[in-house]
Amino acid sequence: MSAPQGAVPTPQAAAADAAAAAAGKAAYDVRWQRIMDCVALKQPDRMPVSLFATFWLAKYGGITNRQLMYDYAKVREIGERAILEFEPDVHSPMVLQIAVGPSLDAADFKQLKWPGHGVGDTQPYQYLDREYMMADEYDEFLSDPTGFYLSKYLPRVAGAFEGLDELPYLPGLHYFRLLSGLIPFTNPRILASLQRVIKAGEEVKRLNDYQLDFANHMKALGFPGGYASTAIAPYDLIADYFRGATGMMKDLFRNKDKLLQLLDKAVSFVLRQTVASYRQWKNPIIFIPVHWAPDRFMSHQQFMTFWWPSFRKLVTGLIDEGLIPMPLWEADCTKRLEAIRDVPAGKCIYWFERTDMVKAFEVLGDVVALRGNLSPSLLTTGTPDDVDAAVRHLAENVFHKGGKLILDAAFGLPDETPVENVRAMFTAARKYAG
Amino acid sequence: MSEMTEQERRLVTLLADMNEDEAFALAKSMLLEQGADPLRVLELCRNAMDIVGKRFAEGEYFLPELVLAGEMLDNIGKIAKPLIKTDTGGEPKKLCKVLIGTVQGDLHDIGKNIVTFMLDINGFEVKDIGVDVPAETFIDEINAFAPDIVGLSGFLTLAFDSMKETIEAIQTAGLREKMKIMIGGGQIDENVRTYTGADAFGTNAMDAVSLCKGWVGVAA
Repeated sequence: MSAPQGAVPTPQAAAADAAAAAAGKAAYDVRWQRIMDCVALKQPDRMPVSLFATFWLAKYGGITNRQLMYDYAKVREIGERAILEFEPDVHSPMVLQIAVGPSLDAADFKQLKWPGHGVGDTQPYQYLDREYMMADEYDEFLSDPTGFYLSKYLPRVAGAFEGLDELPYLPGLHYFRLLSGLIPFTNPRILASLQRVIKAGEEVKRLNDYQLDFANHMKALGFPGGYASTAIAPYDLIADYFRGATGMMKDLFRNKDKLLQLLDKAVSFVLRQTVASYRQWKNPIIFIPVHWAPDRFMSHQQFMTFWWPSFRKLVTGLIDEGLIPMPLWEADCTKRLEAIRDVPAGKCIYWFERTDMVKAFEVLGDVVALRGNLSPSLLTTGTPDDVDAAVRHLAENVFHKGGKLILDAAFGLPDETPVENVRAMFTAARKYAG
Repeated sequence: MSEMTEQERRLVTLLADMNEDEAFALAKSMLLEQGADPLRVLELCRNAMDIVGKRFAEGEYFLPELVLAGEMLDNIGKIAKPLIKTDTGGEPKKLCKVLIGTVQGDLHDIGKNIVTFMLDINGFEVKDIGVDVPAETFIDEINAFAPDIVGLSGFLTLAFDSMKETIEAIQTAGLREKMKIMIGGGQIDENVRTYTGADAFGTNAMDAVSLCKGWVGVAA
């Protein structure tokens, strides 16, 4: 128990605090070591389990998704309650992932619909697949990425940036020309935009501070964060956030060379962004949700031409920085398993959604740690006995056969998962794998 | 279709092989310079789409080819359709009617659009009623369109409940026995099919085509 602020702690209270801190650190170290053992392809003392929860916390806490998105303290409170109940080895950055409502409002974010902004209070936020960069804008983006962001991309994706499209063209400004180049900064649209951006930045800072405080608090209690920074496959960056799904697919035929140039360039964008994020959060595990790699989405040849080369560069670049890439291979990637083996051994966590984990273990077990993959339909519509059987299957056929498996749901807990099924997941993990 | 000339065969091959620019230039020349029958050109396009569909089913083509094929078809259609003078009944008879939409609460449409395209080029009359469709809208559309098959699409896990509610509403409206219902999406499996009460499920566009063909008694 901590002493009240300002009061001088008694020797007994100080000793109790020190003991609690030591116990927290010891528990933290044991849990973190389990994950690091998996990454290094060493057998951990037991199968680690992750609690990756987004809007499931609304169900667990008995509030709406909208409340969860707008109340930093509430996410923290419910998240802490869940972590203390289930005692996961790692957990997701709950505040940062969910309580983004105020930040989205302040930025006037246009790429999502979220509760109160286009979807109901009990629904999750959803991304709007659109063309945020047109097919004829490749040259502009390639020749001047920052200029393209300021004048085109940012105003399209967030209202706070509307006005920056009137910023002066900076290259070439020099001497007295540079002085005259300052005049546009008196433009009321630019000034208004900068003020909105500052306000939005302050809100995002508040969000980050809450997350940092939450992560440090949980760390003190013995619970490591499973990641804090994210990265993105260069192909997915351009497909999802610039060209849109169908625009990108047409570009594979119509703008092949420019697309390949941009993918190569995007590796350095993503690496720089990710390393900067790591320096802020200090968690080496980098979560990379992978959207466009699945078997059904493109041919092997297209995968090896457009998707994999830039992604591999990103992964090896992150490893060179001492980081641990953790791609979440969405949908079924069975046909990709041989190709994605081509990474340095003992450096990555591969999280699979629908790919059969036993098959993934057979192909990749000597190269990467594995994570996943209780199916969403099982967790949401099954019984605790069904969940128990599924965990047992993974424990017996992957973990006990030498697979360095971190148990998780296929892409985190589905929002609708009954709490008793989550309890069954954690109980079964202890029962069948330590 | 009747026997093709060498030029017609070339158009079909260019389209099926994804040679967009050459295919478009040839189709345009046939329609605007050579006075080709627009219905005949559209028939050639359908023939090419059959080949695309087969290559997709056989795992040679994937989503990018389907998207480009759809785009080529649209672009040629934009030139050909205004040239059609009278309704000569050139459209082949459709296999049956399919109503498709993404269920309430879910805004995802890529999978649904691909399924719609594949069903269309495989000879079904498809009505796509969009995303975030409430159960009552499905009922209204069923009453108006009288489909033989209803396809419920969804990507999010919340779609499980929306699909279940939609199928219950169809049941309550007394329409369930008149149709087959298929559900589809990235998270859908047999568990979800049982949970929702659908007749079948699929996780990709070919599944949808096979299911529908199976129901109308056509070899997939």
